[in-house]
Amino acid sequence: MIEGILIGLKTALSFQNLMMVMIGCFAGTIIGMLPGLGPMTAIALMIPITYGFEPATGLILMAGVYYGAVFGGSTSSILINAPGVPGTVATSFDGYPMAQQGKAGKALAIAAYSSFAGGTISAIFLLIAAPSLSKVSLSFRSPDYFGLMILGLTAVAAFSSKGNFLKAMMMCVLGLMLASVGQDTLSDIPRFTFNTMNLSDGISFVLVVMATFAMSEALTIIIKGNDPSKAAKQISLTDLGSIKVSKEETKQMAVTIPRSSILGFIVGVLPGAGATIASFLAYGMERNFVNNEEKEKFGKGSVQGLSAPETANNAACSGSFVPLLTLGIPGSGTTAVMLGALLGFGIQPGPRLYETNPDIFWSVIMSMYIGMVVLLILNLPLIPYIARILAVPRTFLIPMILFFSVTGIYLMSFNNFDIFLMIGIAVVATILRLYDFPMPPLILAFVLGGLMEENLRRSLLISDGSWTFLWNRPLTLCIMIAILTIVGWQIYNSFFKKKL
Amino acid sequence: MKINSVKIISLLFFVLSAFYLYTAHQIQVFAFDEGAPFNAKTFPIYLGYAGMFFSGLKIVLPDKKPIEVDPTYLEFRKTILLVLTMIVYGATILKVGFFLSTSLFLVLSYYFLGERRWKYIIIFSFPFVAVFMYLLHGVLAVYLRDPLLKYLGIMG
Repeated sequence: MIEGILIGLKTALSFQNLMMVMIGCFAGTIIGMLPGLGPMTAIALMIPITYGFEPATGLILMAGVYYGAVFGGSTSSILINAPGVPGTVATSFDGYPMAQQGKAGKALAIAAYSSFAGGTISAIFLLIAAPSLSKVSLSFRSPDYFGLMILGLTAVAAFSSKGNFLKAMMMCVLGLMLASVGQDTLSDIPRFTFNTMNLSDGISFVLVVMATFAMSEALTIIIKGNDPSKAAKQISLTDLGSIKVSKEETKQMAVTIPRSSILGFIVGVLPGAGATIASFLAYGMERNFVNNEEKEKFGKGSVQGLSAPETANNAACSGSFVPLLTLGIPGSGTTAVMLGALLGFGIQPGPRLYETNPDIFWSVIMSMYIGMVVLLILNLPLIPYIARILAVPRTFLIPMILFFSVTGIYLMSFNNFDIFLMIGIAVVATILRLYDFPMPPLILAFVLGGLMEENLRRSLLISDGSWTFLWNRPLTLCIMIAILTIVGWQIYNSFFKKKL
Repeated sequence: MKINSVKIISLLFFVLSAFYLYTAHQIQVFAFDEGAPFNAKTFPIYLGYAGMFFSGLKIVLPDKKPIEVDPTYLEFRKTILLVLTMIVYGATILKVGFFLSTSLFLVLSYYFLGERRWKYIIIFSFPFVAVFMYLLHGVLAVYLRDPLLKYLGIMG
């Protein structure tokens, strides 16, 4: 492991990669800060640029963007009570009241220190867990992988938004349908191409991500008439107060951070759970742990109330990389985008990544940590300046997002058809968003579609067309039981619980 | 059963799944693959059924918390104008070239969204695109097709 860490450090600390982490963190912070635009949009906008670099460099840039976007989301939650991402909603519960009390600088500092500490602790967990799990997952067979992919999709659908399980499952199916367009990987038989050459290679992953996130988020802001800069005009973005944290506050954080980190990491590893659930759970847990006097402060500017969700959401971000790096199966929408980017580089994440591409495996892990350091020493002092981005009016913001989306696709294909297809998918995605159809399950399914079909093909061929492979191996059986439990619980919650 | 927009979307999804299933059955596989446990149309057929199953459930089962979107609060005009501008942008980017089409797209988008400060509109369109093109084409060596600038002799 020490050798791996050194390989990772060597790659991550090269001048070019260090610059990429810094640029990624900076760009991610700016995009993540804008309400409505989260890490997925930030990463999606960066993908076309990363394809010009070496895989390790491209991934390091995206990891920086990811952490930057999470940090940026916290900033808008604290300053204007407009969380950039769902994972930072809990941050606003105590962060915004602190900002209203004139302690915005302190709130931002507490959030930054907690994120850093949570990220550091979970990066250590990741260092230990990822290689061990990689070795275990070498014994996995096609039926297990097929089962794990179904589990991932079901879990994301179950947790994506409360009460929307069927909508999320529909989005999963839509994602798989989109992934099936193009030539069959084994027989080269064209499927759903409608005799057009433009579809014979299938639909590009970047196109789908750009359309369903960057572009449709921009169109949703317009159609709903939202203006993210309105809230920013009501506060001073230049005078945020001191960023100093007192000894007593540090002591309070020191108690909160370890437990929230452990909780966040575990929740992050679970497929579908992710930063949002981790932050809410950590907030709830912290409220139960503190004394009555501190409990009263929750929701009114409590240090522990702010520190807990911030620690947990960063720890969950690291945790979500465990299934991606070790099994090749993303557990969240954001890691699905990362998987798509990895596949674009010709890298198949999974247990063998640890052996075949140790430089990539370790440099991504190490760059995550370096990203946290960069965020702390670079972004925190710059926040009063970066925060001004919140005041950028939508009249300029939206066209820029649309411009980067169209240009991204144009640079990849030089084809009008792809641009029209992207606009079409974005319009459909915007309508679906209006009615609360979640997009992360669609992306996850789109990315997993090919792998899922391949593993189902192998499983069915090995078992001679029989579906007994779903329960023949104890591991597959356990996965299937987990899937049935989630589905059963969702159906019970949706249709029976209210009648009791 | 109350009919609402989500039910209508689910119905459309049901029709889409049925069409997908029909098209999946039409996929021509090799003769020796026809009776195989798995061929090019196996997975799509399962997907078609899954789509019909989930959307069918959504149509039939009652909505626990129906979503109401009041169309009077939605800015359709701006959105449609923006989408049309993007379509025109997509149609012209290859023929007119990156610089002019992108700059005009940005100018029109700013204008349609209500921006009237022409100083900023101009700064964040033509010069902005020029700098962006320089960074991409000149610094990062990413090829940008632009017949107009090529004709004018500005770009190689």
